[in-house]
Amino acid sequence: MGIEENIPQPGQFPYTRGIHKQMYRDRLWTMRQFSGFSTPEETNSRYRYLLAQGQTGLSVAFDLPTLMGYDADHEYSLGEVGKCGAPVSSLEDMETLFDGIPLADVTVSMTINSPAAVIWAMYLVVAEKQGADLTKISGTLQNDILKEYIAQKEYIFPPRPSMRLVTDTIEYGVKCTPRFNPVSISGYHIREAGSTALQELAFTLRDGLEYVDWAIERGLNVDDFAPRLSFFFNAHSDFFEEIAKYRAARKLWATLMRDRYGAKDERSWKLRFHAQTAGASLTWQQPYNNVVRTALQAMAAVLGGTQSLHTNSLDEAYALPNEHAVTLALRTQQVLAYESGIAAVPDPFGGSYHVEKLTSDLETGAREYIRVIDDMGGMIAAIENGYPQAEISRASYEFQLKIERGEQVIVGVNKFQSPDEKPIDTLRIDQRASDQQCEKLRRLKATRNNEDVVRTLDTLKRAAGTKDNLMPPLLDAVRSYATLGEICDVFRDVFGTWEERPSI
Amino acid sequence: MTSAPIRVLVAKPGLDGHDRGAKIIARALRDAGMEVIYTGLRQTPEMIVNAALQEDVQVIGLSILSGAHGAIVPRVMELLREKEMTGVQVIVGGIIPDEDALELKRQGVAAVFQPGASLETIVTCVRQAAGLATGATPDSQ
Repeated sequence: MGIEENIPQPGQFPYTRGIHKQMYRDRLWTMRQFSGFSTPEETNSRYRYLLAQGQTGLSVAFDLPTLMGYDADHEYSLGEVGKCGAPVSSLEDMETLFDGIPLADVTVSMTINSPAAVIWAMYLVVAEKQGADLTKISGTLQNDILKEYIAQKEYIFPPRPSMRLVTDTIEYGVKCTPRFNPVSISGYHIREAGSTALQELAFTLRDGLEYVDWAIERGLNVDDFAPRLSFFFNAHSDFFEEIAKYRAARKLWATLMRDRYGAKDERSWKLRFHAQTAGASLTWQQPYNNVVRTALQAMAAVLGGTQSLHTNSLDEAYALPNEHAVTLALRTQQVLAYESGIAAVPDPFGGSYHVEKLTSDLETGAREYIRVIDDMGGMIAAIENGYPQAEISRASYEFQLKIERGEQVIVGVNKFQSPDEKPIDTLRIDQRASDQQCEKLRRLKATRNNEDVVRTLDTLKRAAGTKDNLMPPLLDAVRSYATLGEICDVFRDVFGTWEERPSI
Repeated sequence: MTSAPIRVLVAKPGLDGHDRGAKIIARALRDAGMEVIYTGLRQTPEMIVNAALQEDVQVIGLSILSGAHGAIVPRVMELLREKEMTGVQVIVGGIIPDEDALELKRQGVAAVFQPGASLETIVTCVRQAAGLATGATPDSQ
């Protein structure tokens, strides 16, 4: 096949082969390990450790109460504080989290969605207090609410007010934090929920189009915000299919941005993404096999041209990783980057019949899904119909049945089992984390200026009922040390809450 | 002879929204001929036990991945005792360390399934548990 004529070079539209001409020859990917656990203090020391080990960016995991907009002392937080990430109930916790870490220099990614605007406001106030120039700081807010309704299900408010909050952050970013990525449009969780590679690709890109539609509707110029939209994909086990998925994603996004929206700035066309190896592929049985799985998945992400990467730790089927496991995961990336030679050539599979065919099939399939969702009236209508949710449920059940029948081999689980396995050491989060966080909240509420809190929350509530951008009143509320739970309660009052219809 | 189908409540307690496992189990039990009631997300122990009573199930399956099992499961067991529903069997699935699994069984949980358990094993276990169950209401014994 005529490779030279048919496939533009890396760095050329539509960027199938990569968004830069030289790719990693010029600059390696960012090694960004997602972490957070127990308390802001403990998490802060893990961050300092990771930076000392050569990690080049931070990525914050928040605990479930924070993700759901509840303070550590709420009744729903029982048993959950610090378990899956760091608890952040107020600006005070955010100050502790980044104590001694200069936000002017380190880029930080934050995995937070429904209450993302609130957490971002806390982050910006900490940066401001450190003396950082907000127009220069960089980082990424996940802030992708659509994939929550579709897959991960950590939503609080109904889709439309949630989209308004996302659009507020995009608009605020254009004006005040031009180097910050306000949304990381995520296929990762869609895949973890059991989707196919094609569904991950298609639903993620269609989510991206929905954010673009809302921002344009707000009156923003596409080329003012699109360059700051970033993506987050899974790096799963089917090696060639994953490489093709990233290539198809870049090609589709570039084409859609140019042709559907008339974007003229080439930065609007370039799909930049973070990748994380597949958590759901990690096995409880024979956990050391997970190191090998992760290395192969990471390799696919690099060969697919990722801009940053998280490698999972071998013990993550059990718990949050211990320090030894997380170091080995980072070393895996360093071996790939510095020893394997795979970073020397951009898109080495470009022109391979197999990979080009897979890329083209994924592109065609994704276009078809996008058309179906367009016909439904967009992603919000599709979510309300339960369409992407049902597609993923079906795919995940079919995958599980293949494992049951032995058609899909999982080494150590349904084939090559070992009868006697030694247990591994895992990290345990004890109840003290919760007690400490509740005590801090009690002290904070006793010492802060509660009149300020009432006033800023009242202003926020009034603004929430208008069409005004909510970032300025949110920043004021956060500065007064209003808590995450108090702020989200204001939004719960004004916006209502969302529950999906249970279906199997 | 045909007997009434086994009735199972599949519940997702706590704040976690990762429902892939719960939905797969619910489908597998339904495909095995059982009547499955899926609660949906973010159910408190009170809501779960009330649903079990109203739906008159023999078995409750709890899916917990977040590490909150140590707080949630004892509360469910306590409520079942309070409501004299100890005839209902409880099965827990999720990320449950070995020592925690032993502790849950001491508290009366019939079985605990960790990652990698096959659907066939789980279906068989639910059938056995339903055979031991005497039902949700005290007078159904």
